Amino acid sequence: MGKQILLEHINKPGINTIDGYMKNGGYASVEKALKSMSPDQVVEEVKTSGLRGRGGAGFPTGMKWSFLDKKSNKPKYLVCNADESEPGTFKDRYLMERIPHLLIEGMITSSFALTANTSYIYVRGEMMYVIRILEKAIAEAYAKGFLGKNILGTGYDLDLYVHPGGGAYICGEETALLESLEGKRGNPRNKPPFPAVSGLYDSPTVVNNVETIAAVPWIINNGGASYAAIGIGKSSGTKLISACGNINKPGVYEIELGVPVEEFIYSDQYCGGIPENRELKAVVAGGSSVPILPKELILKTANGEPRLMTYESLSDGGFVSGTMLGSGGFIVFNDQACIVRNLWNFTRFYHHESCGQCSPCREGTGWMEKVLHRIEHGHGKMTDIDLLVDVAKKIEGKTICPLGEAAAWPVASAIRHFRKEFENHILHPESCSAKHLYFGTLAVH
Amino acid sequence: MAFSAERLEQIKEIKNRYPAGKHKSALLPVLHLAQADHGWLPIDVMNDVAEVLDIHPIEVYEVATFYTMFHLKPVGKYVLEICRTGPCCLVGAESLIQYLKNKLNVEEGEVTADGLFTIKPVECLASCGTGPVLQIGPDYIYKENLTEEKLDQLIESLRAKG
Amino acid sequence: MSDLLKVTIDGKSIEVAPGTTILQAARQIGDKYPPAMCYYTPLKNTGGKCRVCLVKVSQTSEANPRPIPKLVASCLTKVENGMVVENESSAEVLEARKGVVEFLLINHPLDCPICDQAGECDLQNLSYEHGTETTRYEEGRREFNKIDIGPHIQLHMTRCILCYRCVYAADQLTNSRVHGVLNRGDVSEISTYIQNSIDNDFSGNIIDVCPVGALTDKTYRFKQRVWFSKPYNAHRNCTKCSGKTVLWMKDENIIRVTARKNKFGEVEEFICNECRFDHRSKTDWVIEGVRDMGDDSVISANKYELPVVSPAVLVDSKFVSE
Repeated sequence: MGKQILLEHINKPGINTIDGYMKNGGYASVEKALKSMSPDQVVEEVKTSGLRGRGGAGFPTGMKWSFLDKKSNKPKYLVCNADESEPGTFKDRYLMERIPHLLIEGMITSSFALTANTSYIYVRGEMMYVIRILEKAIAEAYAKGFLGKNILGTGYDLDLYVHPGGGAYICGEETALLESLEGKRGNPRNKPPFPAVSGLYDSPTVVNNVETIAAVPWIINNGGASYAAIGIGKSSGTKLISACGNINKPGVYEIELGVPVEEFIYSDQYCGGIPENRELKAVVAGGSSVPILPKELILKTANGEPRLMTYESLSDGGFVSGTMLGSGGFIVFNDQACIVRNLWNFTRFYHHESCGQCSPCREGTGWMEKVLHRIEHGHGKMTDIDLLVDVAKKIEGKTICPLGEAAAWPVASAIRHFRKEFENHILHPESCSAKHLYFGTLAVH
Repeated sequence: MAFSAERLEQIKEIKNRYPAGKHKSALLPVLHLAQADHGWLPIDVMNDVAEVLDIHPIEVYEVATFYTMFHLKPVGKYVLEICRTGPCCLVGAESLIQYLKNKLNVEEGEVTADGLFTIKPVECLASCGTGPVLQIGPDYIYKENLTEEKLDQLIESLRAKG
Repeated sequence: MSDLLKVTIDGKSIEVAPGTTILQAARQIGDKYPPAMCYYTPLKNTGGKCRVCLVKVSQTSEANPRPIPKLVASCLTKVENGMVVENESSAEVLEARKGVVEFLLINHPLDCPICDQAGECDLQNLSYEHGTETTRYEEGRREFNKIDIGPHIQLHMTRCILCYRCVYAADQLTNSRVHGVLNRGDVSEISTYIQNSIDNDFSGNIIDVCPVGALTDKTYRFKQRVWFSKPYNAHRNCTKCSGKTVLWMKDENIIRVTARKNKFGEVEEFICNECRFDHRSKTDWVIEGVRDMGDDSVISANKYELPVVSPAVLVDSKFVSE
């Protein structure tokens, strides 16, 4: 196993308490940053590290921070996006549950860099037990003087709160999250303005994923250059991959970016191969919204190069033959998995989670789900396949937020790579897997 | 008033987490408290939420109907929120949902005759590596790696608790 | 130095004030401006939702000649100096617009023959211009029951395209909004949640801002097809609003009163419910004259008294063919 940055101490006894955490070097970055660095120096260090947003989009974190309008006379906010709900993704929950102080330390150091005096961790409401863990950890941090007024005697003040969501995947989109934090429906905002200029309460705001924030303490302690030395090229550092589906060892793995996909699937250090030695059929490598790839294309690129777990290698070939690292939600399908049924399931998810604000997503996701439901349940027509491709195309790029793409890409890619399976469902409905399963219900709210 | 004096204190503390004049931010946390107290969100409870946060009732209805965790009609004492999304289905969630429906003799959203259970299939709970999974409010403890046997035990223990 | 910004839309250039959106600039140019189903100039924060006004920015500005990769909502995107925009000259834009129209129609009932909005419906016009002849949608359509929200307004949610205009109108024109958007996704609905009446001095304006037949005037229900009604500008002394309205006449009877709308279908001045619902006698009003609806409105057809022309004149006219 490669370098462990986030999970290094995850199995140490008492790591979930502040004493256990500090015994293992915890909160050193707060000391270092607040006592010996300026906020801009912290931003520079994160820039140097090459750290990219770990929520899915992969945008360089340091650059995002540098867009924050620090000259504004309004308060600045750091909001942590802990609304983890992309199917296949469960890394943030693992971190917050097992080592909550890592996130809190990251929030303090990052808030200092952004000159924020109030910060929020927006946790999806379903994870109520995680919220309790975080609130306990925050209370410990206040008691030790890492939060509150005049932290460590440096004159820096920070209040940190946990805010529960209410059950809405869309709130993982940063502007929907901010709306939700303001007590509204989770309707994404039109951009511009971007949150860095006008975010929470119309103030300059940075929204970062849990894993992103959790990487900051190590970067500050060890220097951005050390972080950048890990990984390959623009994919620097480590990434948490949450692996699930038809594998022997589902779980959360911290990899140095650059591990070959084949090794990740078959090595006992990671997924440990496929149960009963069944054949690999397909992989969704970065959460349900990224394009699904068949075995041939997930193990090797179209050029025959080994596919690596990096932003660049996974996207090699564009959407014709590539996919994305996304959130690191790694879903493995064996040869028995039904691509059509899974696509209907994913499409139902996006239909169910569409906020309904803009027309292409509101109407298009439901349309695709109904057509897929028909196909999966034996009432498909051959023309439905191209209809789905076209509807997906008419959603993609036309919506307010990326949920449109998230709904369109799985449809486009599943049909691109597994068209025969769709045709087979339509021509031979009696062979549909559906007969073995209950009749799936459509998305209802 | 839907809230006890103790709850009202708690709500005051929650409102203080947000800047002056931004108390509407407290809406989701307060709705969770209201549902924990009442099991679901009747209109009069939502109106009381509006009152304590000094917002229009429609602002509460708009939000409560947007987020799936809030129950807008009466539900069983234990709402079994079981994941129905792809990764869980790869490891057997669909047949477990069917098993649960047969066992409790209810359809999704219905309340069992004894008033104890409602089955509510939900979307991804971020427990894909430990699926199938369900959770039960108001504490929302996860029950992971579910099997038929584990469901049997769970239902038995909840029935015993009443 | 001029502070104005130069923008070119479909090859035609105009200089506009900073802060002007692409849509407003296109409207100033005047010929083929993008359609708008949710954006509404008199109401703050509207726009961005329906996506019918998407356009292509092929050059962001003089300083930044790169295109914007995705189509943008012209109603919200502000003009930059040297910006080049493609509206109807872009096949990509037209294709996208066709797609959005299709999305808006899949769950919209095709009940135009019995819809009071027919003839003055933005969706009808939009579909005529950008829609396709046939539908590819074969699944079930979403339906809601009609409900009365107060004595004067009927909500026919099945027809709603969720533009949110009525919500912004209630927020901005009244002091207590009682309706809003409930639920989410494609089962979102405009509702009061509990059967509640929308009742305040300016509630009637939600009828005027509705681009489709979802919010209609109950006093006007099935009275007359709009193209047979005669609109007149009129005013009265009103303590609540400007009192400037349009009276819609059938013979000598006022069958409807609305606010005055400009050529973009936007209300010029919002009116109060008293003017809208309570004054139906011609003696209540100072009638200014026939309202010019513009050439492209169905309402202009066959309605006004034209000068009587002697058939003898027509015989010689070059306009009459054999």
